Amino acid sequence: MHIVQMRGIVKRFGDLIANDHVDFELESGEIHALLGENGAGKTTLMRILYGLYHADEGNILVNDQPVAIHTPKDAIAAGIGMVTQHFTLVPTLTVAENLALGEKGSLTLDIKQVERSVAEASKRFGIPVKPDVLVRHLSVGERQRVEILKALYRNAQVLILDEPTAVLVPQEVDVLFEALKRLQYSGLSVIFISHKLHEVMDLCNRITVLRDGKAVGTVHKNDTSTKQLATMMVGRESFGVTRQEQRVQGEVLVTIKNMCAEDKKGLPALRNINLEVHAGEILGIAGVSGNGQAELSAILCGMQKPSSGQIMVEGQDLTGAEADVICATGIGRIPEDRHANLVGELSVAENLVLDHLQDYVKNGILERNKIQQQAGKLIKDFQIKAKPRDRLRTLSGGNMQKVMLARTLSREPRVVIVSQPTRGLDVGATDYVRSQLLEQRKRGAAVLMISEDLDEIIALSDRIAVIYEGEIVGIIPNSEATPEKLGLMMSGSNIEKRKQEKKRVQV
Amino acid sequence: MSKFRIERAPAPMWVRPLIPFIAIPVTFLLTSALVLAAGANPLEAYYHFLISPLSNSYSAIEVLVKSTPLLLTGAAVAFAFNAGYWNIGAEGQLYAGAIMATFIGITLNNVSPFVGIPAMIVGGFVAGMLWALVPALLKVKLNIDEVVTTLLLNSVVLFVTSFLLNGAWRDPISMWPQSPEIDPGTVFIKLIPRTRLHLGFLLALVVIVIEWFVLTRTSFGLKMRAIGYSREGARFAGIKVNRTMLTVALVSGGIAGLAGAGEVAGIHFHLIDALSDGLGYSGIVIATLGGLNPFGVGLAALFVGLIDTGAQSVSRALGVPVYLGDVVQSTLLLVTLSLFLLNNYRIRKVEA
Repeated sequence: MHIVQMRGIVKRFGDLIANDHVDFELESGEIHALLGENGAGKTTLMRILYGLYHADEGNILVNDQPVAIHTPKDAIAAGIGMVTQHFTLVPTLTVAENLALGEKGSLTLDIKQVERSVAEASKRFGIPVKPDVLVRHLSVGERQRVEILKALYRNAQVLILDEPTAVLVPQEVDVLFEALKRLQYSGLSVIFISHKLHEVMDLCNRITVLRDGKAVGTVHKNDTSTKQLATMMVGRESFGVTRQEQRVQGEVLVTIKNMCAEDKKGLPALRNINLEVHAGEILGIAGVSGNGQAELSAILCGMQKPSSGQIMVEGQDLTGAEADVICATGIGRIPEDRHANLVGELSVAENLVLDHLQDYVKNGILERNKIQQQAGKLIKDFQIKAKPRDRLRTLSGGNMQKVMLARTLSREPRVVIVSQPTRGLDVGATDYVRSQLLEQRKRGAAVLMISEDLDEIIALSDRIAVIYEGEIVGIIPNSEATPEKLGLMMSGSNIEKRKQEKKRVQV
Repeated sequence: MSKFRIERAPAPMWVRPLIPFIAIPVTFLLTSALVLAAGANPLEAYYHFLISPLSNSYSAIEVLVKSTPLLLTGAAVAFAFNAGYWNIGAEGQLYAGAIMATFIGITLNNVSPFVGIPAMIVGGFVAGMLWALVPALLKVKLNIDEVVTTLLLNSVVLFVTSFLLNGAWRDPISMWPQSPEIDPGTVFIKLIPRTRLHLGFLLALVVIVIEWFVLTRTSFGLKMRAIGYSREGARFAGIKVNRTMLTVALVSGGIAGLAGAGEVAGIHFHLIDALSDGLGYSGIVIATLGGLNPFGVGLAALFVGLIDTGAQSVSRALGVPVYLGDVVQSTLLLVTLSLFLLNNYRIRKVEA
């Protein structure tokens, strides 16, 4: 029996289609994974189910009855609960007070009575929490338990968990999974959003894979493998860009030695990274998202500092260099987040010269004609659909990316750092961006390309380094690379196997 | 059949400059209740607010006199806000400039105006910069919120002023808490004889023009606007965010300091406790009303100067409290800020 059915869900944000006619079915009493890359549309789909977003098209059935879910209140009434990535607890209130929030009732609140019923629910669902403790004294894992209990306390039959393990240490993950399996036996249905393959294989009965806003397919755990899932997640149709095999093996321009870094939460994100990039090659960094790519890119762009290790570029030590220093060395940087790294309120022309203003200034005064001319030239050369005076934020994602490319590549950098170059772009723009990157390789630049798109990695890279949980787990030449082999490496199967062997030995 | 739908999308470019003009009638509607409560006819009150100050040349010039410090504090705040540095301390920086100007004015003796006046201008600017230095350093070095530090320093400088006026600088003859008079050689020259309009007004206009030039025509201005719009984007493009912000904070303080020097050297000729009475805070209103554009700031300052002059005229003619002017000014800010929300919406025709 299907407890939840979502049919033909479409959700647009401006020009972007976050969900493109997605069908999703949840069986009663199963743990169902929603798997996909960042930006694949997993969270959007579940936010629609929980009433945080409204679908532009499509309908939702709960227990085979059509329901209209406009707000989370409607979702809760339909027996759906959600634990979002950012917790919604009030830190200065106790657990019981948090659970009482949003409950209908009389004006007065008998907190003792609430505490008793919370304690009772905690026992019944097997989720240990202390009702009278202030939430701010709880660890992240404990807070998550409170969030789950909050949903169950409101009689949720369906529990949505959005990347619940992202904030947990491995021991807490084990505890969470045990609790979820126990709840499953008592009849709860769970939707588990994740991009971590082994977790999904550990916990879930069925898996629906989303890619670029579309549902790629739903598979039973027993009929699939991490390898197949990885390929389903990251594959994309190849386009007409071809890489010429022969090239000149140039000197080493970029050397990264033993580099480690932490993420924003202070957890290790990169462990002992060692990489070399030669002139005239594209080194692809492949991996499932969230395995340290964001930190690697930020460090190489000068937006974050590594905690140890060394970065040498053309013989110059750039370890921990700020963005202005990196910029002055002329390293070309094309980051993942175009919106944050361009200035939306400035004009296209201003953005095109912002990182090398010194060439367009005489005695501190802007040479406005020269800037407009340069903008006109770059707009033509890079086929940007915009006028020099347009505000950047009015451009589409593809055109913004072309602005970034034009600004960076027109200076003919010897070293190019590029991250997710074609994410969110349409076919035409994707082809264009890829051909431009190949152009850099031909010119003799050293290109380090981080991408979560396997086809892109295989189509463009001379060598491919695979990153898994912040480690480079292998570097292979393009000739040896197949989607299956890379998928296996990206799923960390070598490492997981080693870990399990270690465990077995210890036992 | 077609109907209209309101969408969350950036409004067309021409909406933004219109907002202050929509805000004015809305503000007057909202404040009429107060005018009625004060026992006056709103239409008559607004005649006195807006028209009567312009009806004769003496009070029209008085509008310019009132606008002089407002032009400077508005320019000071707008400059900082353009770089995303939220300087709420123009009031304090104004007093710092005034204290320094007073010090120069009572220290120099029988000085030539060619020395005295530049000394007042430079002194006021430098003092404003110095008063802005500590919050700016805290912001740049330790990322301490400048809103809090600049705001709190405003009260500190008021106490310093009181300390001086009740101590070292107390007028030895009258024993009033006011400083001795400044040397005639340090007094700003009059632009129009037998009025209060002084050199400070011209200075303010020059500052506005320079500020416009810096913001729109120099690389420094482009860098600071980039920082103001997107600190990360600016940093990524290799702009030295902290250094730029520090410079902006100091210049902003300096401009506010000029306002203080102008009030001492052009209007009062000595330091008093109530020298400003909120000119620095009005600067925030003016910068916002002017859309952070220097010429917009100029217009807004003249308009607030008009309301301030008008408030006295209303008060005289109709016997309502002069504070009504402050209420109108504050309400205008709130209404304008609320109306800026219009920027985020667009009305679109949809075919049903």
